[in-house]
Amino acid sequence: MSYLNDLLFGVYPYIAGAIFLIASWIRYDREQFTWRASSSQMLHSKGFRRASNLFHVGVLVIFFGHLVGLLTPHALYAPFMSAGTKQVIAIIVGGAAGVACWIGALLLLKRRLGEPRVRATSTKADIFILVLLFVQVSLGLLTIPFALGHLDGGVMIQLAHWAQGLVTLQADAASHLTGIGLVYKLHIFVGLTMFVVFPFTRMVHIWSVPVKYFTRNYQLVRTR
Amino acid sequence: MSHLLDRLKFLKKKQGTFAEGHGDTVKEKRDWEDGYRQRWQHDKVVRSTHGVNCTGSCSWKIYVKNGLITWETQQTDYPRTRPDLPNHEPRGCPRGASYSWYIYSANRLKYPTIRKRLLKLWREARATMEPVAAWASIVENQDKAKSYKSVRGQGGFVRSSWDEVNEIIAAANTYTIKQYGPDRVIGFSPIPAMSMVSYAAGARYLSLIGGACLSFYDWYCDLPPASPMTWGEQTDVPESADWYNSNYIIAWGSNVPQTRTPDAHFFTEVRYKGTKTVAVTPDYSEVAKLCDQWMNPKQGTDAALAMAMGHVILKEFHVDKPSEYFTDYCRRYTDMPNLVQLERREDGSYVAGRFIRAADFDANLGQDNNPDWKTVAFDEISNGFVVPNGSIGFRWGEQGKWNIEQKEGGASAETRLKLSLIDDHDELASVGLPYFGGVENEYFSSNVFKDVIHHNLPAKKVKLADGSESLVVTVFDLMLANYGVNRGLGGDFVANSYDDNAPYTPAWQEKITGVDRKVVIQIAREFADTAHKTKGRSMIIVGAGMNHWYHMDMNYRGLINLLVMCGCIGQTGGGWAHYVGQEKLRPQCGWLPLAFGLDWQRPPRHMNGTSFFYNHSSQWRYEKLNVDEILSPLADKSKYTGSLIDFNVRSERMGWLPSAPQLGANPLELTKAAAAAGKTPQEYCVEQLKSGKLGFAAEDPDNPQNFPRNMFIWRSNLLGSSGKGHEYMLKYLLGTNHGVLGKDLGEDGGRKPEEVKWHDQGAEGKVDLLVTLDFRMSTTCLYSDIVLPTATWYEKDDLNTSDMHPFIHPLSAATDPAWEARSDWDIYKGIAKKFSEVCVGHLGVEQDLVTVPLLHDTAGELAQPYDVKDWKKGECDPVPGKTMPNLALVERDYPNTYARFTSVGPLLEKLGNGGKGINWETSAEVDLLKKLNWTHTEEGAAEGRAKLETAIDAAEMILALAPETNGQVAVKAWQELGKATGLDHTHLAKPKEEEKIRFRDVQAQPRKIISSPTWSGLEDEHVSYNAGYTNVHELIPWRTLTGRQQFYQDHEWMRDFGEALLVYRPPINTKSVKPIMDAKPNGNPEIALNWITPHQKWGIHSTYSDNLIMLTLSRGGPIIWLSEVDAQKAGIEDNDWVEVFNTNGALAARAVVSQRVNEGMTLMYHAQERIVNVPGAETTGTRGGIHNSVTRACPKPTHMIGGYAQQAYGFNYYGTVGSNRDEFVVVRKMKNIDWLDGEGNDYVQEAAK
Repeated sequence: MSYLNDLLFGVYPYIAGAIFLIASWIRYDREQFTWRASSSQMLHSKGFRRASNLFHVGVLVIFFGHLVGLLTPHALYAPFMSAGTKQVIAIIVGGAAGVACWIGALLLLKRRLGEPRVRATSTKADIFILVLLFVQVSLGLLTIPFALGHLDGGVMIQLAHWAQGLVTLQADAASHLTGIGLVYKLHIFVGLTMFVVFPFTRMVHIWSVPVKYFTRNYQLVRTR
Repeated sequence: MSHLLDRLKFLKKKQGTFAEGHGDTVKEKRDWEDGYRQRWQHDKVVRSTHGVNCTGSCSWKIYVKNGLITWETQQTDYPRTRPDLPNHEPRGCPRGASYSWYIYSANRLKYPTIRKRLLKLWREARATMEPVAAWASIVENQDKAKSYKSVRGQGGFVRSSWDEVNEIIAAANTYTIKQYGPDRVIGFSPIPAMSMVSYAAGARYLSLIGGACLSFYDWYCDLPPASPMTWGEQTDVPESADWYNSNYIIAWGSNVPQTRTPDAHFFTEVRYKGTKTVAVTPDYSEVAKLCDQWMNPKQGTDAALAMAMGHVILKEFHVDKPSEYFTDYCRRYTDMPNLVQLERREDGSYVAGRFIRAADFDANLGQDNNPDWKTVAFDEISNGFVVPNGSIGFRWGEQGKWNIEQKEGGASAETRLKLSLIDDHDELASVGLPYFGGVENEYFSSNVFKDVIHHNLPAKKVKLADGSESLVVTVFDLMLANYGVNRGLGGDFVANSYDDNAPYTPAWQEKITGVDRKVVIQIAREFADTAHKTKGRSMIIVGAGMNHWYHMDMNYRGLINLLVMCGCIGQTGGGWAHYVGQEKLRPQCGWLPLAFGLDWQRPPRHMNGTSFFYNHSSQWRYEKLNVDEILSPLADKSKYTGSLIDFNVRSERMGWLPSAPQLGANPLELTKAAAAAGKTPQEYCVEQLKSGKLGFAAEDPDNPQNFPRNMFIWRSNLLGSSGKGHEYMLKYLLGTNHGVLGKDLGEDGGRKPEEVKWHDQGAEGKVDLLVTLDFRMSTTCLYSDIVLPTATWYEKDDLNTSDMHPFIHPLSAATDPAWEARSDWDIYKGIAKKFSEVCVGHLGVEQDLVTVPLLHDTAGELAQPYDVKDWKKGECDPVPGKTMPNLALVERDYPNTYARFTSVGPLLEKLGNGGKGINWETSAEVDLLKKLNWTHTEEGAAEGRAKLETAIDAAEMILALAPETNGQVAVKAWQELGKATGLDHTHLAKPKEEEKIRFRDVQAQPRKIISSPTWSGLEDEHVSYNAGYTNVHELIPWRTLTGRQQFYQDHEWMRDFGEALLVYRPPINTKSVKPIMDAKPNGNPEIALNWITPHQKWGIHSTYSDNLIMLTLSRGGPIIWLSEVDAQKAGIEDNDWVEVFNTNGALAARAVVSQRVNEGMTLMYHAQERIVNVPGAETTGTRGGIHNSVTRACPKPTHMIGGYAQQAYGFNYYGTVGSNRDEFVVVRKMKNIDWLDGEGNDYVQEAAK
């Protein structure tokens, strides 16, 4: 059991991270024409805007919530709030965003499978990644009832230690997850898997989110 | 090096700012631009075109990238026109631009394929037998033959190899020739001008082995018989650039922007000069939208409209206030002054008879040569009867007088021919003219008067050679009476004004066509007035639609008469612009020897397509049109008994039309029997025919001896496009699943033929082997036994010309044919090679007896000057070349077929070359070819002969021999013509004498052809090509009886079928709706509509109709168009599935409900492939059907006339035509949409509301 735990949560994250980074790089360098979001809005736009916005706004909040929540060392926020308070905030914000994202994903999935034009132009990867996202959001929402059972922030701290252990290359990072509920483990495993499949799907568009547009100047000209 | 690493250098990116900090200078890689650059980068550009019979003949750039054809764009490097004329380019349309889709599509044919069941039988037989015996063992075994024939059209193809399929084809041909005769091997390929080398490949092979090539122009019903009748010319028309020289254009049934897309710009441009354009179409078509004014006569009634316009023009411009230009033109260039004999009837009235001839007069009026064929007029100067130069009698047997100078034959004095006898007549004769406007047709409005209308005509008395007296009238006077113009002489129903409802007035036509009389008068006046002021610059552009009616000659003669009476023919910017298909094979005379092997043996076997299919696909077994329905009320009906097929048989017998299969026996055996009997084959054959021991194959088409056993189809989608009576073809020729719903004459108790043997059970599956060459899996391929993958138009070398422009340009191989495809030339070369091996031991040097009809442009056209005489009925003796077909003996050297195929034979040096009645010496050109192509060095039949190994060699042969592409030949040809006319024409080609257009020249740039006597227009720096130009300006006679443009057609059959002069005839009743209407109900209402099948918007014939790009632009499958009113009657809504059916068959399509269409007709763009989105038809249970599933060919006896000057047979020149527009269909909303594929997509359509 301990071996499996180490493998899945101690080794697998590095494998996933490596695939995520290296494959993204290779794809970016070699397959520029495939580097795209593959929007199907042109083929069927009815209700698309609502579904897509729900999904994307939700997923962005969740993404940054996880990022900040998991990687901020406890000591940094301890002076302002307790772990319990942070967990409640996380449940409220994450729960709301999760529900929005879940509804969005469900609508998108229904559209992708149900609309003939969209279905006909979908690749297997398109359908797979959407199903995976939906499963992951569902799992994330399923953790809420468990979290409500222990509002002291203990589990959250454990998870944060695991995550911080990983990024700081601690050999025993996986040990932080012993005793964690199955639903968390499933959620983590699927999450890591998403990093694995990321470079092979349309998710690569995340790399190219045009944030630069917020700061770029009015006019750009090139030197010779 | 790495995109990612480059991106990471973002800190170095910014190089500075400008515009007060509003702009940044950045340093970024520009690699991403390469993506856009590479999109249009290519390795080479090759010039080619589309050989698709669209008349466009547009030059295209074909782009090749990484060895693949990627796309095409329009070429823009045509030679410039004159300063006052727009240029030709850009030429092309979206259809052509989508062609490259085909090349690597799933629909592309990649390998030689064969019907699996046949291949299995073949391999079994071949394991123990040599090829010919193996083939015999399959086709002579009924069960085996049926096992593969009965599944034609139902898939089941497997891949084979070239070696194997060539052997099967060679074995089948050998066996058929040996057992049944070479004329039982048939080839169908249309429109050589679209890829002349490819056509020639198959035709050369077939001609060398004695097979028969079928004509197509007549079968397509694009051949307007009115043209040979009037001009003795198949079709000759202005190039589209000449539209720009016109001052008044009527687009009559020609949808210029849609179907002449690359040329339409001239039509638009000329409007900026102030030219008025008028559209005449029943529906609101694209051209109706484009023009200044639109007239919409009810479909099929155009002749009535044309007659009313003629009535106005004749009255105002020829009688009331004669236009000097018109009068002079008609006197010189038409038969108006020619004299017609009147025949006295019992009641004291007269009918117009034949042209009076020199032979009718004492001492032949001084004409000893062919006096039977010299027509007569009255000369105002000498005040006597004269024999004007130029009639057809002057063409043969003497030289120097066949011209249309205003002179009498042989004399030098000028003549002035009298147009009207009104001020110089001996008596007034009451002449009866047939009137058909009162013939009832349930779906068309009639205007009832007596069926014979009498007019008083000024006539002169003539003393005949036999001492008797006769009355003669001029054609001009006859014409005026016929058009109902009141000249104060009295008669029946004489109109006093345009508002009188009397035959052929504007008010009269209103009842029939529905067009406002005021508009008719206005347009007629404007048209004539423009021609009067501009000396003939009024033009009518006409499409084939009007020519597809049974009485097409009336529609067409209606238009032609307007043009001729206004002096528009042969004048720049004027004339008859009939555009239907790419029939103008400009270098024809260079191509003929290549195509029909005339360099090795003459004559070739030709057959007129319509009669062939009518006969051999047993469409005659269902004939419902009785001859008395179309005879003139003035005719002696007892002379015209029998069914329509009988007339065709008689015609073949009398040498009028060709026949194939020809005689009721193998011609190779006939010659052997003759030798055994110690007689010449001709003597022997005549004797056998006379005794009745031998007949024509057409007299017993259901006899297995007379089946067309082998058929080749190439460059054509016969079964998916032009095949009228589609379902009959499936049933009788192919012996497979079909949708024929009616009963034949046997079951129906109809009138059976007299000349044709009736078998109660019609023979089915007559064709043993159907071989089709194509680049895509067309409907025809689906029904074939062997399908050979051919090169696309971007993968072969060939030549292409059109009547729309004067350029000759190439098809070029941009890449080698993909997969295992080969060019047509290479395919037939391969078959010829295999045939030469396989036939050894079965066929050697053989004597073949070929029947040849009395041909136009040969002395044979003078065979039968007077009444019709049938030797079989004992009315005359059978004399080959006179009262029956010529019998020509041809020696075939079967084992040397390949050697002959690949070399230029010796007959060109020996007999010369030529065309259209002109023959010239051509050994210099053959020598040139020897140098150009090199000669065969191997021993054998081809040794020392010029090579014809590649398609380019073949193209060089065409170009070297044709006057249009070799200036030296042009000069020779004009010289030869000059001998006949006695005039010098060489100045027309002299400036270009040294010009020789070669294949690589046209690849570099399209080249303008050189003026030649093959055609009646000139191609020079001063005028655009316009038909009849050299007749008018060089005084070369038209190749008609009178040598002039003929309003009057005096053949006995023309008179008895009521069409000596123009009349309006309503569409015929095809009787194909009544027996089936409400007989197979599905619960939805049924309505009968006229079946109109014009050219496509999203395809050219069937091509492109299965092309994804075009399918995306249209509705993606077969559609018919309906008016809103009819749709409502039948409870049909837009996009509903509907079934269209009658006794001939059925088809399924979606409905387009549109205001464009008028009530009473439904319109289906012809030739939409049945292989895309077509469910089963409910009534037949078979898949869909095509537009021809509901048609049946119905020939017209007057088109069978032969041996009579311009009414003499020529391949694709004259003969029966496959009309189809008189057809009616039942239209009904479908209930069960059954895809017949078991894939679970079937459903029930909501019932009609």
